[in-house]
Amino acid sequence: MILYDYILSPSCYRVRLLAALIGRRLDLRAVDVHPGQEHLSEPMLALNPAGTIPVLSDDGLVLTESTAILSYLAARHAPDWLGEDTPAMRARVAQWLAFSQRLTDSAGAARAHDMLLAPGDIDALRGQATKALRELEAALSAARRRGESFLAGNRPTIADIACFPHVALAPDGGLPLDPYPSIRLWMRAIRALDGFVEMPGIHRLHELKPEPGPMPEVIRKEQA
Amino acid sequence: MSELGAMRDQWYPVAMTKQLTAQGRDTLLMGAPIRVFADDGGTPKVTDGAGRALPVIDRFGHVWTSLGQPEKDLFTIPEVDQPGRRLVDVGVCRVRCSPLRAVENFLDIAHFPFVHTDILGSEPHTEVERYEVEIRDDVDEVWATKVKFFQPQAAKSAEGGITTDYMYRVCAPTCSVLYKTCPPKPEEWDVIALFVQPLTETLCDVWPYMALYDDDAEMTDLIHFQQMIFVQDRSVLENQLPALLPLDPGREIPTRADMTSIAYRRWLKRHGFTYGAQLVAA
Repeated sequence: MILYDYILSPSCYRVRLLAALIGRRLDLRAVDVHPGQEHLSEPMLALNPAGTIPVLSDDGLVLTESTAILSYLAARHAPDWLGEDTPAMRARVAQWLAFSQRLTDSAGAARAHDMLLAPGDIDALRGQATKALRELEAALSAARRRGESFLAGNRPTIADIACFPHVALAPDGGLPLDPYPSIRLWMRAIRALDGFVEMPGIHRLHELKPEPGPMPEVIRKEQA
Repeated sequence: MSELGAMRDQWYPVAMTKQLTAQGRDTLLMGAPIRVFADDGGTPKVTDGAGRALPVIDRFGHVWTSLGQPEKDLFTIPEVDQPGRRLVDVGVCRVRCSPLRAVENFLDIAHFPFVHTDILGSEPHTEVERYEVEIRDDVDEVWATKVKFFQPQAAKSAEGGITTDYMYRVCAPTCSVLYKTCPPKPEEWDVIALFVQPLTETLCDVWPYMALYDDDAEMTDLIHFQQMIFVQDRSVLENQLPALLPLDPGREIPTRADMTSIAYRRWLKRHGFTYGAQLVAA
C-alpha cells in the first residue's frame, strides 16, 4: 500500500493516523509539496489530475480523496472503524465525513495561509472555520450528555479520524481552541487511543506516559 | 524609522532564489513594504514601497536585502562551499512571533525531549551538560561550543540514538547557524541555518537552510525532516509570552542550560538590536 504523503498535510495525516491505529504499515512516498510544488508535477498529475495529496495506490486501485482512503483502509482491515452498527450510526459517520471537508476548506485553508503563505481571504476563512467549530462543539457536547465520547457513538470511527487533524491544528491558523471544552475532551480521547501517532503541531500526551524512571546509568549502578 | 535602530543597517533574507519570478513577491521587512523579483536577466532585485532599489546579495540559496546601508558584507558559511555537501532550501514557514524569539528557540537544547520527542531528544535523557559560551569580539558573533546531547534520531542519516555534539553561532541579529555531528562523516559537521525575515516585531518568515553530507537520503526527505522539526517548534513559539523578547532581566529565571540565550540577549542589547525586543523587564 503506497501513500503519497506530505508530513505537514493534515489530510495525509488522517491516513497515517488511521493506519497506525489499526496497525497497518504504509509505504510512504514523500512528495515535495512545499516548496517544490511536486504535487503539480506531470507524474503526480498523471496519478491524480486534481493535483492534491494524499494519494493511495494499492493493487491497481488509486484513491485521491482522504475520506475514501479512510473508508477503504477500514473496510479492508478494521471494519469496526466504519461505524455501521445501525442505520443511524452509519448515517452519522457519513454526515461527519462530509463535514470534515468544510474543516479542510476553512480551518485547513486558514492554516495554509498563515503558515505556508497560501492565498486566501483569511478573515472569511476564520469565520467559516469558527462556525464549523461551534457546530462540532455543540454536537460533541450533546454526545457527552448522552454518555458518548465520539462523533458517531461510543467508540471512535473514521468520522473522528477525518475531523481530528484540522480541528487539532486550528490554532496554527489563528483559531484558538480555548472556547471549546467538549472539542478538547474529544481530542484528548483520540490522543489517548492505543497506537496514536502525532504530526508536527499535534503533540502526544506526555501526561499519559509513565513517569520517566531513573537515568540508565543509575540503573546500571544499582544493579552492579 | 528610528525605532528600527541599528537593525536598519543589517542584512535580512527575503526570498528563496529558486522561487523568484518576474512578477515577484510582495512582502514586508520590519514593517516596510518591499518587492523581491527577478529582472529580465534573472538577477534578483528588491525595491521598497517607493520603488527605490535596495541593496541585494544572492547567497545561501536566498535573496538578502537591507533597508539601510550595511557597513559589513553578509556573513559567510565557509562549509557551504565544501564539495560533496547537499545544499537544502527547506522553504518558508511563517510564525506569529518575534523574529528574535525564533532565533532564541533555535539556540535552545533543553526543549528537545519535550517538543521533538523521540527525534532530537527523549525522556529521561533531559540533562543539558555544561557547555561554553562567548561573544567573539573579533568576528562580533555569539558562539556556544562543546554542547552535547543524547538524541534518538539526530538526523535523517542517523541510525539509532547517538550523543550529538553541537556548536551554535549567531552571526546576524536574526540569523543563526548550528554545527552538529554528521553521522555518515564523523570528521565533519552538518550545518543547519535558520534565516529569519522580520516582517513586523511579532511576525516573521523563517527560512531554514542546510548543508549536509548525506548521499543516501532523497532531497524531499531532507526537506521534510527539517520542516517537521521546525513546525513542532512553531506552536510553542506562537504561545510564548511576552511576545517581545525581554532584554532586561526580570521575573524570568534563566538556568545554566540557557547560557546561549543569555549571551544572545546581551549581544542584541549591546548593539541596539531591539526590533522585536522589549527593554522593560518582563
